Amino acid sequence: MASWKSHTLLDARDIARRFGARWVLRGASITVASGEVVGLLGANGSGKSTFLRVLATLLRPNAGSATIAGHDIMREPDAVRHSIGFLAHTPGLYDDLTARENLVFAAAMLGLPDADDDIHCALERVALTHVADERVRGFSAGMQRRLAIARLSLSRPRVLLLDEPYSNLDTAGTVLMNSLITDTVDAGGAALVVLHELAPSAGVIDRLATVHEGRIDSGLYEAEVEPRLALVGAD
Amino acid sequence: MGRSADWGRIRAIAWKDLTAERRSKAGFYSVAALGITILVLFGFALGPDTRALRDAAVGALWLAVFFAGVLTFNRSYQVELDSGALDTLLLYGGGRWTIFTGKLLANLAFVMMMLVIVLIVGAVLFQVEVPAQWPTLLAVLALGVIGLVTLGTFYAAMASRSRAREVLLPLLLFPMMVPVLLAAIQASKALFGADLMQESGAWMRLLVAYDLVFLIITHLAFEYVIEV
Repeated sequence: MASWKSHTLLDARDIARRFGARWVLRGASITVASGEVVGLLGANGSGKSTFLRVLATLLRPNAGSATIAGHDIMREPDAVRHSIGFLAHTPGLYDDLTARENLVFAAAMLGLPDADDDIHCALERVALTHVADERVRGFSAGMQRRLAIARLSLSRPRVLLLDEPYSNLDTAGTVLMNSLITDTVDAGGAALVVLHELAPSAGVIDRLATVHEGRIDSGLYEAEVEPRLALVGAD
Repeated sequence: MGRSADWGRIRAIAWKDLTAERRSKAGFYSVAALGITILVLFGFALGPDTRALRDAAVGALWLAVFFAGVLTFNRSYQVELDSGALDTLLLYGGGRWTIFTGKLLANLAFVMMMLVIVLIVGAVLFQVEVPAQWPTLLAVLALGVIGLVTLGTFYAAMASRSRAREVLLPLLLFPMMVPVLLAAIQASKALFGADLMQESGAWMRLLVAYDLVFLIITHLAFEYVIEV
């Protein structure tokens, strides 16, 4: 999995962010190399999601700096947005559009010309072809999550920023999510994944980092991850 | 490539908003119903005096469009907020002004459709006859709606990040809309009264200037108001 580790794709240094008087991030730093998948663990409210949103250019940091695929998140946000694939807690789909229309819209926004084949492949990949022309309003949470994975795969991002990507996914959905991560890193990309539990990401995560009170503790490397994953699996 | 991609995004957003609105049905009907209700309430308030009704018709029509429009603008961003789609929308590459333009075009189409309904109901209710200078009146209506929709779409984006957005939007929008409403009402009134003093031209020039200035400013400022 980590055979691509050649250069840094994500480099965040001393990121700080506050909401009102409360500092949620207090100097969070992390680096992720190409071909690497890093899991972010932490208690509720520790700042994991805020950190991901800062990296995704959805929130401006109060201090610190970060580059993604060589682009500064503050100075070149548009280039950063072209390089990342961000999956939030909510799927971000339009209930009154069909599954296919949601992807057609995403393709148009991504500036993908003649995306019909890509959309068909993406729907096939997430096994939603049979409901492609049904409105998303009637979809279960898991189906919506799958459709969000399909949308993510359309843009072929270099860096995946995934916020609890396994929530609402069944076993098949978890496999799909893992295959998206694997495909991305195999193509020289990287992934930073906020995790609520370790089990679904077994075999995918190269390194774990923990977020505590707005700071990121140094990662646990491959050798340490495997026993932990085994322990979680044993539970 | 750049321009065609931008145009593709604008079209996609306008299409998405109009399709979602058309399918949800409740949106258009509730907004149109509000516009008609305001006209009917004005009718009741003014009583059976035909002359008083005709004199007040233009003002009542524009206020009905304004208040119904406020609902439209709020709904325009509610669609994004309900499903957490606003973040996804902001993460697509390209200029964020394309999001504003797309939403502006969708709102423009929506308010124009509502205007047609309000016009028909208003003409019947207030017994107003179509003036001889109806093409100029159409231009006034279009200019007034462009001003309303431009500011409404912009301030709705600004209010969308607030929990009190339903209250905040009219509070922000109304003071800024005063010049548009005043100019649109005065120009329309002049046209309904045969425009003997040639007043409508001056009010229309004001509307054109106002629309142009705010179309430019809102497009430039959108990126900053949609940021957190």
